[in-house]
Amino acid sequence: MSARTHDPVGREAIEVKGWFGAHRYLLLRRFSQVFFLVLFLLGPWLGLWIVQGTLAASLTLGILPLTDPFILLQGVVGGHRAELSALIGGLIVLVSYSLIGGRVYCAWVCPINPVTDAANWLHRRLDLPKGWQPMRSTRLWVLATVLIVSALTGTIAWEVINPITMLHRGLVFGMGFVWMMVAAIFLFDLIVSRHGWCGHVCPVGAFYGLVGHKSLLRVSAANRAACNNCMDCYAVCPENQVISPALTGKPGSTPLILSPDCTNCGRCIDVCAVDVFAFTHRFNDHINEPADPIPAQNPQAT
Amino acid sequence: MPSPSKPLSPRRRRFLQDTARMAGGCVAAGSLLAYLARDARALQAEALRPPGALPEENFLSACVRCGLCVRACPYDTLKLAELGMAAAATGTPYFTARETPCEMCDDIPCVAACPTGALDKGLTNIDDARMGIAVLVDQENCLNFLGLRCDVCYRVCPVIDEAISLELSHNARSGHHAIFAPTVHADRCTGCGVCEKACVLPEAAIKVLPARLARSSAAEHYRKGWEEKEAKGAPVVEGIIDLPDRLPGPGTDNLAAPGGFEPAFKLPGAGQ
Ligand code: SF4
Ligand code: SF4
Ligand code: SF4
Ligand code: SF4
Repeated sequence: MSARTHDPVGREAIEVKGWFGAHRYLLLRRFSQVFFLVLFLLGPWLGLWIVQGTLAASLTLGILPLTDPFILLQGVVGGHRAELSALIGGLIVLVSYSLIGGRVYCAWVCPINPVTDAANWLHRRLDLPKGWQPMRSTRLWVLATVLIVSALTGTIAWEVINPITMLHRGLVFGMGFVWMMVAAIFLFDLIVSRHGWCGHVCPVGAFYGLVGHKSLLRVSAANRAACNNCMDCYAVCPENQVISPALTGKPGSTPLILSPDCTNCGRCIDVCAVDVFAFTHRFNDHINEPADPIPAQNPQAT
Repeated sequence: MPSPSKPLSPRRRRFLQDTARMAGGCVAAGSLLAYLARDARALQAEALRPPGALPEENFLSACVRCGLCVRACPYDTLKLAELGMAAAATGTPYFTARETPCEMCDDIPCVAACPTGALDKGLTNIDDARMGIAVLVDQENCLNFLGLRCDVCYRVCPVIDEAISLELSHNARSGHHAIFAPTVHADRCTGCGVCEKACVLPEAAIKVLPARLARSSAAEHYRKGWEEKEAKGAPVVEGIIDLPDRLPGPGTDNLAAPGGFEPAFKLPGAGQ
């Protein structure tokens, strides 16, 4: 039995910032996830065709094509030269995510994310053991395997089992047995492996991670001097190996979370009572000095 | 080259172990995925692809399963295959002729909507579409073959008289009626499935099948003697000895005999 050694995660932040302040990015993120889903559902449900298609490829307002670049890439190695419309769509998506952070897709758009988040929430609630934790690089291996299989079989291999597009397509076009797929992922994350799917296996997340390697939008632990070691950020972060270098780095090291694994979910910002973290751009490595009670020390103040 | 006697450092050893384990896992998982991906190619016979669809082996690397073609179809013909419930690879577009056939839109909106070219934009005339080929699979139940004049499949065909025609033959059962056999001409049939949908029988006697099931192929070296001869304008084999034939026609009792007939061909030098 693991003993509880500290307050429930985020309690301090709720006390200091209020419930909404301590759940700002979580709420925004859920809103974004629902928003993108509803956008696709307005057509089939209400006949409002703002967006047609699915996450794999879509057409917005009859002019804006968007294509999933990972699916496109599998098609290319599978031997198909896609048409211009799909290529333009893929390029738009690629450029967007390479600016705002590849795994923003994971945290803000992907319909599987609420499923794995829910599994993780329950996992913590029940205080289950971590379970199977393969190497972080596993998903990159899966990514490479998917591309090789696509090339060898001449198919878009991952689409045979991709739960993301299956769930999305299921909601927009008809479910079939997709619920079983979703349940399988939920149970995998709950029982077999904490953060198992999104943190270790999913090649789509791995792909977007690579896309966002040099993304502009980043979280910075600029106020790291204020950290009181409550460890709440480690508890909520789905990829918490990214935090340490920024938070507990040597003096002078960058406070930016530069790892492409970071999903820019902003949950660490929410849950920190002393506001260590903030969104910024990747060139802003400014570090706030330890808070000083004497304002007169500021030379700019006259 | 590292000397064989020097043991690997623990870190290096661990790295190699991890890599080997990962590579092994990937080969296993990859094989399973490859099996599933290839399995998905087995398109069932009743699932027809939209007009202009690339051949199945190319289609699965081209179609991203977005459903834009489905949305573009004004007749709700097309569907995306649902996981575990349909006759095609999951998420790919197909239609079932007996449920909703393709109405062969002049502007082919499904092809126009496809962003990837899985439905080939080279298809500009819907009459050139080859979604499958109608086959009159059951002559024993087809009403026309029984000697009636149902004709429904023939009449509904959007390419009537070219893709399907009624071929007359003698009705041996009644002895003095005709059979109007619905006959599909594969070089013109688009496989739209309108005939299959319209067939009045509880289970259609005419069905659209994928070309691989509907068609045979003639051996490369086969030549049709009569065509060769016509092309050459003379007998293909020269110096062949022409033995006297018992020919039907004037001068013989052929026309008088029961079932006698005038031959459709004229042999050079015969019948003078
Ligand atoms: S890791 Fe994969 S399943 Fe998870 S949120 Fe990202 S894209 Fe979606
Ligand atoms: S040609 Fe028309 S009816 Fe046929 S599948 Fe395309 S959009 Fe539908
Ligand atoms: S529009 Fe093209 S890529 Fe999309 S589902 Fe139809 S055939 Fe596939
Ligand atoms: S499938 Fe039937 S209706 Fe369609 S073109 Fe062929 S014969 Fe005509």
